[in-house]
Parts: sequence; structure tokens; C-alpha cells
Amino acid sequence: MSFKRTLATTGRVLRQLGHDKRTLALIFLVPCVLLIFVRFAFQSNLHIFDRIAPLVLGIFPLIIMFLVASIATLRERTIGTLDRLMTMPIAKLDFVLGYALAFSLLGLIQASLASLVIGLLDVPVAAGAIPMLLGAVLAAFLGTTFGLFVSAFASSEFQAVQFLPAFVFPQLLTCGLFVPREQMAKGLQWFADIMPMSYSVDAMKQIASHSTWTGRLVRDFVIVIVIALGVLMLGSITIRRQD
Amino acid sequence: MEVSVSIRSLCVELGGQNILRNITADIPAGKIVGLLGPSGAGKTTLMRVIVGRQRITSGSVSVLGGPAGSATLRGEIGYMTQVVSVYPDLTVLENMRYFATMLGVDRAEATDILGVVDLGKQAKQLVRTLSGGQKSRVSLAIALLGKPKMLVLDEPTVGVDPVLRQQLWQTFRTIADKGTSIIVSSHVMDEASRCDALLLIRDGGLLAQGTPEELCARTKTKTVEESFLKLVGKKS
Repeated sequence: MSFKRTLATTGRVLRQLGHDKRTLALIFLVPCVLLIFVRFAFQSNLHIFDRIAPLVLGIFPLIIMFLVASIATLRERTIGTLDRLMTMPIAKLDFVLGYALAFSLLGLIQASLASLVIGLLDVPVAAGAIPMLLGAVLAAFLGTTFGLFVSAFASSEFQAVQFLPAFVFPQLLTCGLFVPREQMAKGLQWFADIMPMSYSVDAMKQIASHSTWTGRLVRDFVIVIVIALGVLMLGSITIRRQD
Repeated sequence: MEVSVSIRSLCVELGGQNILRNITADIPAGKIVGLLGPSGAGKTTLMRVIVGRQRITSGSVSVLGGPAGSATLRGEIGYMTQVVSVYPDLTVLENMRYFATMLGVDRAEATDILGVVDLGKQAKQLVRTLSGGQKSRVSLAIALLGKPKMLVLDEPTVGVDPVLRQQLWQTFRTIADKGTSIIVSSHVMDEASRCDALLLIRDGGLLAQGTPEELCARTKTKTVEESFLKLVGKKS
């Protein structure tokens, strides 16, 4: 592994997106606009909006970075650049970490803008902005590692896009956004217990309702980090030096 | 004769198909060696074996003194794939600099090489806006980074106009004269006469090897194309 090659890869991924302003605009602005939509959708039940708005920061970076990372690395596999890199003295971890850093940074910017909107909409967040942004970055990191991993199993962009409803939507439905996890059927609770998004969302709940770092928040963060690192390793295994 | 690649009874099987069958050949060092054959003959697979990207089923391949695919060879071989393996959403120079960092090569070298492939003026242009021939020259430029001991070029002159093709072959010659071994594939037979040695491949098997003159003499023909056709005819 080399720090220099990892950072150069991060820089390269960001530079690619820098030449693609429309994608950047979509990544940064869509969550903000959707938050405003949701706020006015719950016009008559603002207490519900106050409850779910912070959770969105545990979900959006995960979903978007999952999608962007899976397409980006699938492209590397299909256009031959990964082929070329694998004949060079770059470690596979340099490659996956480079991506993870780049998209975590994008997640941070995305979440910063969204948290501004949350502030403007007067949503109470007990622990404040810093833990909330940290949670969002971890969600982005998690999404990126999953995207990298699943891209190995897609042979076309059509398949990669389908992985979103296949891998992410089940987590979205059971993460506690729509129904508290305790109220779901037992089988689904077990499912939710092993799904990483549940912990990303639970962390946001803790941040929204407690002004200090609760033990549960720390536990949630640790779980998210451990799962993300594990999936990152799996992702680097899917990259082969030899076919 | 100094040998850069030594291939012994090489077989590669992919998805139950024999892509390469029992190839034995020695590729001389410091020369331009042409890999010729119709499309689907196995040229690309053989090149992927040499650069270490393709696992071999049986036999052995030694490259620059080590087994193909070993970690010490990474960065020693410049590889240009048939698809333009560069980032379309980066500029030419950004591509060069990124791969230079991956190879641990001085970034200043990137600018020099762009002159060699005549892309100095396009340095700040996004690759996706370049013409097909220009794109493949970016790919070639990356293969040249770090002055590799060996260049493996998979059809580098496809879609390149005659003037530039002439220039590229001159570049290959200059590079080979400095001691770099070049393996170049082509299905354009008139390029064969520019090579120092040839391997003719068909259906995954080695049909013949030797200098263009030797092949013509052996088959009593005037051009490599005729000799190839004659050899194919004899086999079938």
C-alpha cells in the first residue's frame, strides 16, 4: 500500500467528477430539494418531519454514493483502466481506499449542504451539526464500499442500477425510517439487525434526540465502520490481478 | 540471441474453449516482434498472458527473466490494450499524470512523452473530445511512461491515418533501437514487413515464426500476406 497512490486515486476520481459539473450539482442539490419537499409534505404534521429529517442524512449519502461508486468502478472494469492499473505497482487497497476517500468527501459536502437546510427548516438536532456530519460521512463511506463490492457482480450498467432496489431498498424499508424497528415482524427485525443501514439511521436518531454522545451512538458508529471496512476488504478481493 | 519472453507449451483455456494451444516460442529482446493472425486467433490472450493479466492453464511463460504475472514485473512492461484504457472524463495530461504517479515516474516525463506521440497541443483537452486515433495515442503514451523494458502493444495503429502510422512505426523503431523489446499485434499484414521477427497465429496455435524474409523464403512468396495465406492453406 502507498499513501501517495491512494491519495492520487482520490484526486483522480474527484477530478473526473470535477469535469462533470452536472453530476456534482445533482449529488449536492437533490437531497436539499427533497428535504424541502418533505418538509412541506408534512405541513400539517411537522413533528413527523422533525423526527425523520435528521435520519435522511444517514440514508442519502449511503444511497447516492452506493450508486455512484458502483457505476464508477463498473466503468473502470469495462473500459480497461482497471486492467491497466493491475499491470502497475498499485495495491488493490490503494484503489478501493482511493475511491472510498473521494466519495466520503463528496458525502461530507452533500451532508453539509443538507444540514444547512435542516437548520433553516428549524429541525431540532440535540447533539448538533458535528456528530451529524460525522454520521453522514460514515454513511457515505459505507455506501461507497458496498457500491465497489457489488460492481464486481454487474456486467452492465443496467444490472448495476438494479442493485439499488435489490440491495438498498430492503434496508431502506427496514431501517426504522418508516416504521420503528421494534414494531416490525420478528423476522424483519432480525433482518434489520444485520443490515448496516439500520445502524447508520439509528446513529442519526441518537444524535437528533440526545445532546451528548450516548453509548449507543458510539456502538452504532463502530458497527458502521467495521462493516464498511469489512466490505472494503471484500471489494478489493473482487479485483483480480489475473483472470 | 537474447530472449525477452520465453514461452513453453503454453495452453490457455477459457470457458471450456482452447484459446491458446501448445505454443512454444522465444521472443528476441530489443526487437520489434509482430504478432500476426486473423481476429479471434488468440493474439490478445497471448499478450494478456505476457503482461500477466491472464492466468495460464498449462505450460510456462517467462518474461524478462521472471514468471509472467509476478509482482516484480509490474511497471516493467508498458501495456496498451485494444480498448482505449484511459479515463474519458479527464484531460490528456491528467491521465498521464495519474498513471505516472501509479508507476512512480516523474510527472515531468508525462509532458515529454506527449511530444513523442504528437499530442502536445491536446494536453489540456478532455479525452472524450478527442478523435479515435488521438485517443489510442493517449493510450500509447501511457504505455510509454517510465521507459519500460518491454512494450506490449495490442493493435496500436488501428484507426490511425497513414501519415501518423508511419510516424508511430518510426517511434517504435527508435524505442527498440534503445534496447526496449516491443511486441506488437496487428491483423494488417503490410505492417509485418516493419517487424524484425514475426509470430503467425491461427486458431490459438503457432503457425510459423521467423523474420519476414525467412517466412517469405520458406513459402516462396514475396509478401508476408501471401506466405500467411499459403501457410494457412497448407494446414487446412
